[in-house]
Amino acid sequence: MDLRALLEQPTEVERDAVDSLLGPAEPFNGRVMFGGHSARQQRHLLLPALHAVQDATGTVTRGALGYISERLTVPPAEAYGVATFYALFDVDSAGGSKAHVCDDIVCAQAGAEDLCSRLEADGVEYERSPCLGQCDRAPAVMYHRPGTGYGVSAPVAADTAGVFGFDDLSPGVVHQEASELRLLRRVGVVDPTSIDAYIESGGFQTLAKAKELGPEAVIEELKMSGLRGRGGAAFPIGIKWEGVRDAPGDEKYVIANGDESEPGTFKDRLVMEGDPFAVVEAMAIYGYVTGATQGYIYVRGEYPTAEKRLLAAVRQAAAAGFLDNFDLEVRRGAGAYICGEETALFASIEGHRGEPRQKPPFPTTHGVFQKPTGINNIETLVATLEVVANGGEAFARIGTDQSTGPKLFCVSGAVSNPGVFEVEFGTTLGELLDLAGGISGGSGFGAVLMGGAAGVFADESALDVPLTFEHTREAGTTMGSGAIVFFDDQTDFTAVLRRIAQFFRDESCGQCVPCRIGTVRQEEALARIGSGAALGSIEEEKVRLDDLALVMTDASICGLGQTAASAIQSAMRLGLA
Amino acid sequence: MFGAGGGTSSYQEIEETDLIIMWGSNAREAHPIFFHHVLKGIHNGARMFAVDPRRTSSAAWADVWLGIDVGSDIALANAVGREIIRQGLTNEEFIREATEGFDEYAEFVDDYTLARGEEITGVPADVIQQLSHEYGSAETAQLCWTLGITEHHNATDNVLSLINLALLTGHVGRYGSGLVPVRGQNNVQGGGDMGALPNKLPGFQDVEDDALRAKFESVWGAEIPAKAGKHISLMQESMDEGVLKCLYVLGENPLQSEADSQVMEKRLKGLEFIVAQDIFLTATAELADVVLPAAGWGETEGTFTSSERRVQRVRKAVDPPGEAWGDIEILSALARAMGHDWITPTAEEAWDEMRSLSPLHGGMSYQRLDDMGGIQWPCPDEDSEGDLFLHGRLWERPVTTMKAPFFPTPYAAPVDTLTDEYPMRLTTGRRLDSYNTGVQSGRYASPRRIHGVLDLSPEDGDSLGVQEGQKVKVTSRRGSVEAPVRFDRSLRPGLAFMAVHFPDDLDVNVLTIDAWDPKAGTAEFKATAVRVEALA
Amino acid sequence: MSVKATIDGQEVTVPEGTSILDACTQLGTDIPTFCYGPTITPANACRVCMVEVEGSRVLVPSCSRALEEGMVVKTGTERAEHSRRLVLELLGSASELDRSSDEVHGWIEEYGADSSRFGPDAETVAQPAKVQDDLYVRDYERCILCYKCVDACGVDHQNTFAITVAGRGFDAHISTEFDVTLPDSACVYCGNCIAVCPTGALEGKIAWDMKEAGTWDADAQEVTRTVCSYCGVGCNLDIHTQDGRIVDVTSPLDHEVTLGNLCIKGRFGWSFVHAGASEPEGAAGGTGS
Repeated sequence: MDLRALLEQPTEVERDAVDSLLGPAEPFNGRVMFGGHSARQQRHLLLPALHAVQDATGTVTRGALGYISERLTVPPAEAYGVATFYALFDVDSAGGSKAHVCDDIVCAQAGAEDLCSRLEADGVEYERSPCLGQCDRAPAVMYHRPGTGYGVSAPVAADTAGVFGFDDLSPGVVHQEASELRLLRRVGVVDPTSIDAYIESGGFQTLAKAKELGPEAVIEELKMSGLRGRGGAAFPIGIKWEGVRDAPGDEKYVIANGDESEPGTFKDRLVMEGDPFAVVEAMAIYGYVTGATQGYIYVRGEYPTAEKRLLAAVRQAAAAGFLDNFDLEVRRGAGAYICGEETALFASIEGHRGEPRQKPPFPTTHGVFQKPTGINNIETLVATLEVVANGGEAFARIGTDQSTGPKLFCVSGAVSNPGVFEVEFGTTLGELLDLAGGISGGSGFGAVLMGGAAGVFADESALDVPLTFEHTREAGTTMGSGAIVFFDDQTDFTAVLRRIAQFFRDESCGQCVPCRIGTVRQEEALARIGSGAALGSIEEEKVRLDDLALVMTDASICGLGQTAASAIQSAMRLGLA
Repeated sequence: MFGAGGGTSSYQEIEETDLIIMWGSNAREAHPIFFHHVLKGIHNGARMFAVDPRRTSSAAWADVWLGIDVGSDIALANAVGREIIRQGLTNEEFIREATEGFDEYAEFVDDYTLARGEEITGVPADVIQQLSHEYGSAETAQLCWTLGITEHHNATDNVLSLINLALLTGHVGRYGSGLVPVRGQNNVQGGGDMGALPNKLPGFQDVEDDALRAKFESVWGAEIPAKAGKHISLMQESMDEGVLKCLYVLGENPLQSEADSQVMEKRLKGLEFIVAQDIFLTATAELADVVLPAAGWGETEGTFTSSERRVQRVRKAVDPPGEAWGDIEILSALARAMGHDWITPTAEEAWDEMRSLSPLHGGMSYQRLDDMGGIQWPCPDEDSEGDLFLHGRLWERPVTTMKAPFFPTPYAAPVDTLTDEYPMRLTTGRRLDSYNTGVQSGRYASPRRIHGVLDLSPEDGDSLGVQEGQKVKVTSRRGSVEAPVRFDRSLRPGLAFMAVHFPDDLDVNVLTIDAWDPKAGTAEFKATAVRVEALA
Repeated sequence: MSVKATIDGQEVTVPEGTSILDACTQLGTDIPTFCYGPTITPANACRVCMVEVEGSRVLVPSCSRALEEGMVVKTGTERAEHSRRLVLELLGSASELDRSSDEVHGWIEEYGADSSRFGPDAETVAQPAKVQDDLYVRDYERCILCYKCVDACGVDHQNTFAITVAGRGFDAHISTEFDVTLPDSACVYCGNCIAVCPTGALEGKIAWDMKEAGTWDADAQEVTRTVCSYCGVGCNLDIHTQDGRIVDVTSPLDHEVTLGNLCIKGRFGWSFVHAGASEPEGAAGGTGS
């Protein structure tokens, strides 16, 4: 392409960072140059390249972006559009170390505001962040030190000196006994950094079994198991895998969606950090069954430990010969909730802004790079191992008729023992609350938010509802991503709702009008209500909010906009605000 | 090609072809909307090769760029031809049924080995081989060129050497496969269509053909000279010989647009009488004895013919200023003043008379041109919709019309040779926002304008010890100019470039050589030997 | 292959791949659009063309969804009209729509869209116009982020990629890299972005100046179709004249050579026609050099 180069040159550090990813640049020889289609096909390396310079310097300068553009044949404006889309790229800033302080609904209950004030007072470079997926150990900070990398401090010690020094590599606590568990049985028990430990615990036997069974039989087992997707849409997995396998074309992809960003959700982090080889094994089976020769594990940018563990796991598994004819790559997100939406995730892997696409066409035929693609979230993938290992029938006996298998729930907020709990479908919310030690601090039950920011608030009556797809649908609640956030009776729900509204405003990709402007108008209305400055009467504000909710739900491109009013509307129905 | 002069294909074909070769054409800048169609082809999966000494903005889109030495095109084409034959990628059926002279051609190009091709062109042999392989095996291919092929002393041979490749592979006369010379000026195709060529009457009808001439004479009521006239280079020769004494210049600026402008100035000043008919008082018009102010674009009616042979209406949107007249009015009045009984026809009346004589245009009434958004010739009658591509006849079996001949074309180096005294190759061309000598394009405020500069590789800048913007002296065997330097990373050391648009600031034609092609009359603007010196 | 479907109770048969919008147009049903353009891949972003499709949980964008066999489409339902009204209200609350087409003003009236209902403090995209050269003005307080300019500059036509959507959410905006000025960007001044802008956010300098000065009078203008005076590609031009002067040049969207696109010379290189004469009233500076 005829790119117009930027005037600014990269520094040596920036050039080295990019070259270490792409290899050294070939000098212009004046006689021959190969480019065209093959040059433009490197676009998918844009995020890794931006990460490389951001990691090295704490910023993406003009010189660095220009160099990346040139190396990857991506127009500078396009690269800029991509870089400014993702919260973790600091475009054209001074660089240096930085803290990302979670001030979302759970960490807010755990003193995030105080933490921000302390950092402010200490002159620490920080910015506020949406949920970091550390709700079981709030309040949380993710920090970045150029050249060293990202780390997470959670819970943050009272003195801010600890913010940058904390190197927590433990995946968090599993409160249940390993013997009672299926999906989480290795977490905290088997060394997640050693393939030998994994193999010793039975690892990669399921892959061998899958190959013994053959793709069709695996799909049959999956169908028999009744396993449905754990990401929120609850699509039958056997049918999905079969769809990818049967889709026309030789070039196919499978993707593990580890971009877990729904506020209040942290179960996939626990699995990726605590049992990374299981994710790799599941992906190897996914590729084998669908005929995909390329796989991606897309890990949330705020999960540095998970990324490290998965990179190491993939490397060891490949070296040990478990990934024959299957190229598995770990890709890191860069701070965009929307990229958990599957089509936005495709765009992100391709090196674009994480803007969702209209469906249909569906990923099964038109996924990443417009090729047939299978995509599942981490919990679902780990559950497929259970199906293949023990058979679909055995799996189907767990849970209820329509909601089979074990399920992970992330319980956080005003509870004594926040954490991830593995239970059978059909367990009630009240039983889950008991597992988490009940409402903390002797306060009373205020409300529960099920399914995260995109979910719904429920009152105490929800405690008796069995957690299944069918029961929650009937009760008008949702399991969504498995996030369960409890609030006590002292909660300022107006503030919580405003934070949720702000979350959607901040995380809207900006592509479609209902969501881009609707989320702003929604937040403005809640701010007015919160400050007692309603435009007209409160009733008029509610009509406006209802109108906004309807247009966002009806007319947004993707699930983000379609659910951006869900929690707020449910809270208003409950009279919480 | 093989008869009427025009590109064989339509723009839409390049959107659907498998392989695009841009040979000596920077269409991205010189023909931007044509390049839109190229880009659609690329996005539809076509592969692209660019053959150009510079890695131009067009070449930047190519899958493979071949940075040949200026003027070595024939050597490359012949080496490609030999390699296609050697690899067995010729279309034998097409060659047998639709062409003539293959054996002579094959024998002729046998000397042009890959090694010799590399030696002459500077392009590695394996890359020449790759081009050969892809052109030879593509299902469909479009071979496009512009002035990089034709502004040479051997322009005609350059073009023929490319045509040979299309004949070898059958990449002509089929939808998606063709030969595409993209025209540099709005109506240079139309000018040819209308017989503004020394040897043709309207519709490319030969002036030396008695029957054709008689047809025109009967309608025009006048006798037409039976001999072909002179093209512009021959005219210059005649001026030098003192034979040509009077020049009537319509809408041209030869003082600034022709090679070796110092010699051109002497020639023009040596004439007895010059009439200049133009919309501006150009440098040439300033030398004229009589200047006839003409109405320009937007002020008159008529037609243009585009590079895909599409004849389209041009219309009057505003009144001409002052005393300017349309060309038809001027010419008619002039005829009357010379004692002829001419009316002043409307553009449509003149057109209708022309199309009654030119079979290519017969069916192109103004009404049909309006209704159909232009028509691509040939369009012999009002039932014809025109043709998307030419030479489909070569795929009829048997071919009942003239078969397409191979023309063995010997490589000949540029006339202006590189020596120690003149070690650097200067080539010329256009930039995106400007046009020819800037008579029109110089009058709008382009934010992209690069005024008169010498483009050099940064390496040459270093060895000369000059910074960007610093002035240097550029000297050829004919003259010298001073120009600020601009670094262009798409140039290799030893190659320099100047645009032609700013003759008043920087007259590149002081440097260029007036060596010209004996068949086409085009001068070798593209290859000048120069010396560049830093100014103290 | 053709598909049979029902739109507002009427049975239609269209070629496979026909969008719901095109099918509606064939039936004479007016559906508002902003980001749709006949020469642009639908960005599917404005969401004003939503219709109800039986069996679909949410509304469906008619511009980018193909009509399917047996589909039952309803264009005038309460839900569809509610969405259109809200989208018009939201757009009007954030951006200046005063220079949008008469059609747009008609829709605002038809759907009873009241963009003032979000209050005087509703956040907008108001900002000073970017006047950085003599050819274009980028007046982004009128931008509705329909993506058409980006697509015209990008892969749909020009492939220059000088502008992109940068930022995210409400902060998303059309920008060059690092917001450098247009002359410092990759822009080649083809003006193909201007050609597709539906709201007057992108204008030729002369047109913008005249609109600011109140001297632009579209009703008094004549349009003459001709062919460009520069290279030999044969681009069709529409010359817009007012008071005997050229005030703008565009290209017809439906001509197969240009599809509405031009290069810098075709769109702006016409000032030689009026060389020596003064600028039209209201056009400050203009394109004379």
